[in-house]
Amino acid sequence: MKHSRVPGRVLQGFIAVFLYAPILVLIVFSFNATKSRVKFEGFTLDWYAKLFEDRQVLSALYLTLVLAVLSALAATVIGTVSAIGLHNMKRRPRKALLALNNIPVVNPDIITGVSLMLVFLLCVSFLRSLGLRAGLGFTTLLLAHVTFNIPYVILSVMPKLRQLSRNTYEAALDLGANPFQAYRRVILPEIMPGVVSGAIIAFTMSIDDFLISYFTTGTSVQTLPMVIYAMTRKRISPEINALSTLMFLTVLVLLIVINILQSRDQKEKERRFRAVS
Amino acid sequence: MPKELIRLVDCTMAFDGEIVLNAINLTIHDKEFLTLLGPSGCGKTTTLRLIGGFETPTSGGIFFDGARINDVPPHKRRVNTVFQKYALFPHLNVFENVAFGLRIAKIPDGGGKKSRLPEGEIEERVQGALELVGLKGYHRRRVHQLSGGQQQRVAIARAIVNRPQVLLLDEPLGALDLKLRKEMQHELKEIQRQVGITFVYVTHDQEEALTMSDTVVVMNHGNIQQIGTPVDIYNEPVNAFVADFIGESNIIQGVMHKDYSVSFAGRLFECVDSGFDPNQPVDVVVRPEDVRMTPPDGGQLRGTVNSVTFKGVFYEIFIDVGEIEWMVHSTSAPKIGDEVGLLLTPEDIHVMDRPDLFPEGAEALTLEDVDPEPEFEDGGGDGEDGEEA
Repeated sequence: MKHSRVPGRVLQGFIAVFLYAPILVLIVFSFNATKSRVKFEGFTLDWYAKLFEDRQVLSALYLTLVLAVLSALAATVIGTVSAIGLHNMKRRPRKALLALNNIPVVNPDIITGVSLMLVFLLCVSFLRSLGLRAGLGFTTLLLAHVTFNIPYVILSVMPKLRQLSRNTYEAALDLGANPFQAYRRVILPEIMPGVVSGAIIAFTMSIDDFLISYFTTGTSVQTLPMVIYAMTRKRISPEINALSTLMFLTVLVLLIVINILQSRDQKEKERRFRAVS
Repeated sequence: MPKELIRLVDCTMAFDGEIVLNAINLTIHDKEFLTLLGPSGCGKTTTLRLIGGFETPTSGGIFFDGARINDVPPHKRRVNTVFQKYALFPHLNVFENVAFGLRIAKIPDGGGKKSRLPEGEIEERVQGALELVGLKGYHRRRVHQLSGGQQQRVAIARAIVNRPQVLLLDEPLGALDLKLRKEMQHELKEIQRQVGITFVYVTHDQEEALTMSDTVVVMNHGNIQQIGTPVDIYNEPVNAFVADFIGESNIIQGVMHKDYSVSFAGRLFECVDSGFDPNQPVDVVVRPEDVRMTPPDGGQLRGTVNSVTFKGVFYEIFIDVGEIEWMVHSTSAPKIGDEVGLLLTPEDIHVMDRPDLFPEGAEALTLEDVDPEPEFEDGGGDGEDGEEA
């Protein structure tokens, strides 16, 4: 029987439309000359220009980037060290801890957000009872982002550790490296692709997050997604389209970088496979 | 005899309560090529890892040059290892792989401080080591651009460039094809002669052990069965296990009638062994190449040819004699179904104690070493680590 390719193509087309049409509309209307959300009435870059004059947006952008960089860095360090520790564990406790590690990934953000807020409020009231000044703000926001980023780094680094030959670490020790040197000079370079993509994923997740930030920040500190949300409640301005377009492009570029890293890794593996067999 | 270098005293190794090495005693001499030979799970790799410092014995002592080194970590031992799966560092090129140990090493600079080796000396020693293993001109290559045999050579160069007193080799030729393996056997022997250090070699291949070694240590179930020169081990196996593992053998249960007289296969034979108890049950070992075929009435035993297989230099012939099937190697081939006689001279008959090869609890032993299988993907060799993230 001969299968027709048409239904498959049609399905592919539908999927592409459903996935990308909204984003395409967003991008197109970010260049719309009027405020209309239904009719395209000429090309303009005004909304982008306005965006970069908006102090609130700019400070939120700055905060979001600082937050993303700091939380990605911290999560990468903690996550990589944790992954190495997990890797060296016996099978059973490792499996148990990895399962625990996966919970925050699948847990609804709103629950993570609310629970983190409760913990932070407890800490704040404790600190205040000691007579210290404390409140929700940048610190709690950063702690929250580090927390939800760590599991992604671990998930990204673990496969690279598993790819290592069991003897790689021992070979380094055998050649005179102390355990620290062995990790620094052999293990870390070997797992670096996983560490880098873990850091990028963490950075992306941090920029992307709205819900957890919403619950764990104070009144004065607002991230970019929160500013967008606030803007949509006041007035629907094409400025939002422009801002969203920029965020989408940033995330898209990062995703492409991750994909390139991973496919390069894949090619490397295939080359080694051929060399051995 | 050269001086003693390494001594294992009553070394026992247990993993999770299961005994992998059972109080072994072993002396390794300077400049010796010593091979640990045995089937999978016999404890040979564990013994090597004890010497390398990757395992600490559950009890017993390891002595190096007279000093106890049980608790000395691997990076402070004057031994280097060539791992079965090479364990090269893929992020470094050939030169940097070989230079790894030299870049880490610190040497006293006379003023009480320690300093790194000068770049010139590193360069010189790395190139020398690469030349020794036949990889001159390969120093800029990436590891994955090399064949399996070349990777193994890099692993050897990376180890000997540090001028260890002992080189430990864990089935280094296990992943290579037969022809390459034979070549490398000779080269390894030649490298050992040139650098003049002790080699401790682990293999399950008896032919490899006999070809290369000064001393062969035959192991089984965590026990040392026999230590000797290849000739001794082949000609004078101490028990049926060694006889069977080294070359092929007919092993027949018999009874020592009295000195120089043993009964098996339903009749009495003259032999050269003595010192057994009267009527002691024994194993009788006869090498297949020592059995002569005669016309049906010309030998002590009479049987029917069951199968004939051409093996190149000789034919492998199985002959039914009563309840026992004898293996005979001969350059002439009888026909299947022929009646033949079998002739044994007293020197062909080796009488051995029948030790309890499987003492109580032997079933509980774990197979610590796994069969060497060629590795198709780099890493992930640890079977335990197969789960998904």
